[in-house]
Amino acid sequence: MKSKYDILVIGGGPAGALAAKTAAEAGNSVCLIEKRPAIGTPVRCAEGIGKELLKEFVKPDPRWISADIERARLIAPNGTTIALEQDRAGNEGGYVLDRKVFDRELVWQAAEAGADVAVKTRATAPIMENGAVRGANVISIGRPAEIRAEVVIAADGTEAQFARRAGLDTVVPLREMMSCAQYLMTDIDIDAGSTDFYLGNEVAPEGYLWVFPKGERTANVGIGISGRKSRDGSRAKDYLDRFIAKNFPNGKTIEAIVGGVPVCRPLACTVADGLIVAGDAARVVDPLTGGGIGNAMYTGRLAGEVATECIEAGNCSKDALMRYDREWRASKMGATIERNYKVKEYFVTLDDAKLNTLADSIANISLKEFSVSALIKELIKRNPKMLFELKALKDALA
Amino acid sequence: MSTMLRINRDKCGYCGTCVAVCPEDALELIDAYLSLERECISCGTCARACPLGALEVVHEE
Repeated sequence: MKSKYDILVIGGGPAGALAAKTAAEAGNSVCLIEKRPAIGTPVRCAEGIGKELLKEFVKPDPRWISADIERARLIAPNGTTIALEQDRAGNEGGYVLDRKVFDRELVWQAAEAGADVAVKTRATAPIMENGAVRGANVISIGRPAEIRAEVVIAADGTEAQFARRAGLDTVVPLREMMSCAQYLMTDIDIDAGSTDFYLGNEVAPEGYLWVFPKGERTANVGIGISGRKSRDGSRAKDYLDRFIAKNFPNGKTIEAIVGGVPVCRPLACTVADGLIVAGDAARVVDPLTGGGIGNAMYTGRLAGEVATECIEAGNCSKDALMRYDREWRASKMGATIERNYKVKEYFVTLDDAKLNTLADSIANISLKEFSVSALIKELIKRNPKMLFELKALKDALA
Repeated sequence: MSTMLRINRDKCGYCGTCVAVCPEDALELIDAYLSLERECISCGTCARACPLGALEVVHEE
């Protein structure tokens, strides 16, 4: 680790790794720092991602793919199940990853491209000069140090403290913080080719409970509930334990993790002078699904590209870096986040009776397309009596 | 009477959910140790968000 680089990347998750790899491949001197002593652990993720999205960034490798997913099932409060099959869908389904190996692979690729990597190295504060970020003060295995850089890419995840200390508002409102718990369970009866989503206010208020296969009789069984629904006796862990007692009483838990998923809108602005914010720290998680891996890789790569251009042009001001902000907002990802935010805001208002009505209306329908928009269009078509209520959904598609 | 934030370290899963909702940037997750680094205003938002119930605002005489 040196005291000066072209680009300093904070955080060794998928956003930071793609940023570092992209920037290093373009010929920049790059340092990626990770506050944990190991890349990829502890996992804070349900590990699901669409195949097509993943392939945009990395070639699938069995070493970090735990399961191949052919279908998704939505289970309404009354048990009505809506199955979305990949063959009917026309797209390729998804994977459940092994993030411990996956994240390590991505950082490995960044290192191979020439980036320095420092673990157990925490950024304590940005170095600020005339209102611009010029690097970071870090503590590396107990030793304080200064790392200066033309551009800092903050990819520090949910906590997002680096951008916050540089003056951006990254605080997540309580109601839009999904409070999550997950067990990696084994010896359970599951459909190993299906990601299952359980909905309902008794099961997971303003969120959902998931069963994502990791193998034949193994799965990530987890839950996210809105922070505003989280209280003593009814926290994420309590809901999860109740579901497991009922559904997998003989399962064995071999890993227990917790975490927070921000489902607010993205940051109002994701750049500042000398700073780009990427991944969960930029709040670019899909607000409906909570999925963040693909969006992290996309924004990480874009951050690396834009930082490279700005360094070459000798201008790393906010105005110059704004190309990053404009580009992701105008992208398919940006449009999907905005739409799914509105869809999420509608769904959290539904009581279980309405969720059941909606689920029953589409339970026996073969959807030609495996997508949120196809699902919503079908809901609107099948529920003329709820047209007024569903207007919010219709508007979200517009 | 004063208030303070109590961290139950046997419950804490050191996930950082509390850090992201704290309006004062008072909490910091240093590897597997949640640290109260700056002044806490005892708003209790972190205690609500915690998936495990590891945080509690306590009132002392």
